[in-house]
Amino acid sequence: MKQEFIITIFSENHIGLLNRITINFTRRKMNIESLTVSESAIKGISKFTIVLNETEDRVKKVVRQLEKVVDVLKAFYHTNDEMIYQEIALYKVRTEALYETDKIEKIVRKAGARILEITREYTVIEKTGHKEETQELFEQLNEFKVMQFIRSGRVAITRDPIERLSEFLKERDAFLEAMD
Amino acid sequence: MATKKITGSEAVILSLLEEGVDTIFGYPGGAIMPVYDALYDFDQKVTHILTRHEQGAIHAAEGYAKVTGKAGVCFATSGPGATNLITGIADAMIDSIPLVCITGQVASPLLGTDAFQESDVVGISMPVTKWNYQITCAEEIPEAIAKAFYIAQSGRPGPVLLDIAKDAQFQEIDFNYKKCKKIRSYIPEHPVDPFKVKAAAELIDRAKKPLLLFGQGVIIANAEEELKAFVEKTGIPAAWTLLGLSALPTDHPLNIGMLGMHGNYGPNIKTNEADLIIAVGMRFDDRVTGKVSSYANGAKIIHLEVDPAEIDKIIKTDVAVLGDAKKSLKMLTDNVNENSHESWLQEFHDCDAIENDKVINKDIYPSQEGLTMGEAVRIASEKTRHNAILVTDVGQHQMVASRYFKFTQSKSNVTSGGLGTMGYAIPAALGAQLGAKNRTVVTFVGDGGFQMTLQELGTIVQNKLPVKIILLNNNFLGMVRQWQQLFFDKRYSFTELQNPDFIAISKGFGMDGHKVTKRDELEDGIQKMIEHDGPYILEVVVQKEDNVFPMVPTGASVSDIILEA
Repeated sequence: MKQEFIITIFSENHIGLLNRITINFTRRKMNIESLTVSESAIKGISKFTIVLNETEDRVKKVVRQLEKVVDVLKAFYHTNDEMIYQEIALYKVRTEALYETDKIEKIVRKAGARILEITREYTVIEKTGHKEETQELFEQLNEFKVMQFIRSGRVAITRDPIERLSEFLKERDAFLEAMD
Repeated sequence: MATKKITGSEAVILSLLEEGVDTIFGYPGGAIMPVYDALYDFDQKVTHILTRHEQGAIHAAEGYAKVTGKAGVCFATSGPGATNLITGIADAMIDSIPLVCITGQVASPLLGTDAFQESDVVGISMPVTKWNYQITCAEEIPEAIAKAFYIAQSGRPGPVLLDIAKDAQFQEIDFNYKKCKKIRSYIPEHPVDPFKVKAAAELIDRAKKPLLLFGQGVIIANAEEELKAFVEKTGIPAAWTLLGLSALPTDHPLNIGMLGMHGNYGPNIKTNEADLIIAVGMRFDDRVTGKVSSYANGAKIIHLEVDPAEIDKIIKTDVAVLGDAKKSLKMLTDNVNENSHESWLQEFHDCDAIENDKVINKDIYPSQEGLTMGEAVRIASEKTRHNAILVTDVGQHQMVASRYFKFTQSKSNVTSGGLGTMGYAIPAALGAQLGAKNRTVVTFVGDGGFQMTLQELGTIVQNKLPVKIILLNNNFLGMVRQWQQLFFDKRYSFTELQNPDFIAISKGFGMDGHKVTKRDELEDGIQKMIEHDGPYILEVVVQKEDNVFPMVPTGASVSDIILEA
């Protein structure tokens, strides 16, 4: 049965690695729902967060292939339940629409969103949350015509009390030492 | 260590020498000319083989790597030079062959400008390399080459590619070489877990009908002796995959033959009767398993494997022993009880009797008119005292040669397994001969595959390589024709060839040869070929519509193997 999985990859920050990672999905005709890459807490190590809707068997196998990539340090997967995750969305509405009625203000307040910038022409609203939540806000604001809308890829963090990466790197260094 | 200023190109050559490279296969061109210029001064230290096409260079490098176990090295220029390597790189990737490919690239300021002979080689080769990297400054060269050799040759080997921009080849650097011994993000092999070994040993000691399947992993790990020791202690019958061939001598009493689609009857049928499968250094390819859902359902599965991604990929294992096969087999042998499985082994011999009667005798000792591929293979094997290196192309002749050629030593089978690359044999044979100068290299090729890379006859002749080629000519793309006969109502869609005079062509290249069409000429023809001083081609005209049996039809279970049409 297909469900949403979050794949997390820690890798060296090397040119072309994004391509080397995504071809593993392309080759198996697996669609990436969202992808976020940024530097992790440790300098020089990138963290990929990839969301896809797939069967666990296929996810498990692709994660093993990802771990095989020379520049990948570690790859693992979780279900949504096992992680805390967020996405961020930005909405641009006409500033005039805010003047005409107090509805937008109420929507923003209720959604726990915030206003980032107000100009004469437009107002930019920001909301973080799960996709359903940012989507719901979009639909509500769209009654007043959303001029522009953008949603980020997902970022996710495990429910473990600590970041495993530094521990993992220590283990890896010890392992490599022992190889000599 | 003292350093001196040298160019990036010289650094390439010196780095290769540091890695012990003695042979390079390649083809020059604009973007790699500085490297070729540097090479000019090193002709005493390294042999460069100029092939006639980059595909020839890469398959030659594969053949060299297969018989030596060392990385094959290949040079090509940018653009078409590099793209011509791709088929061979893909072949090496799927067959785990260590290669280091070095391609020239346009000068770095021109990258991405559609410059002359520019192509995105790093992008194109990414899905078919274990690792690749573009070098745009000379300083990176020694470290990148050191990394390339380490990655290509360690763990599960594979091809790597370095794309070197032309300006980096000209830049001057202080040369200082350090071999790469580890990479933080890369674990080539995991230490063998003794608990897993114990768990595997318990299953092995309890099994009544155990069957061992070995693949190329045994050869890559140099674990032939460990494999032999294990089967001899346990008495377990052992069958091989196409690429595992030659790891265990053919006449070893526990070698029960080949697995898979055109493998032997016993190993296929008995896979589904076994209560334990011990898979060593193999990956359960679909040509081995047939229909996966009805594969070895009565058996527990033990998998000894260096690549964690192979565990449970196709067949769910009960005990997976990660690590180098040489170490895991040794530990396993120490942990199992001495045993024998005489009556179980006898069942394989009973199957052999059936297969001999229905298939093999007719193939290798035919009485009907018209030559068979099987008899040519049998005689060639006998005439070389089962001691030659066998190189095959892809198709019917490949299956027949793998079935009937016999082996007494390992690293003696050179073939394109996973990718099934027609045109592989002729260039691979020249590479194999360079890697094993004192051995006889017997090459079987079909009339189809021969015409894909026959230009490499020129390379063979120019370098005086005594390669022996047996061209099995049935005037058809035989394996496709066989499938058309069996599964497409004999609709022979574009499989019949109008062939040239192969011997005249070969002689045009300066290679001696002879054509045989009759049985009473065959043995003599092969004898003359083997005795000939230098390269030689023997064309054997075989029956046009012979089929390879046994056969596990696509989508069928291994136990549904058929012995005749």
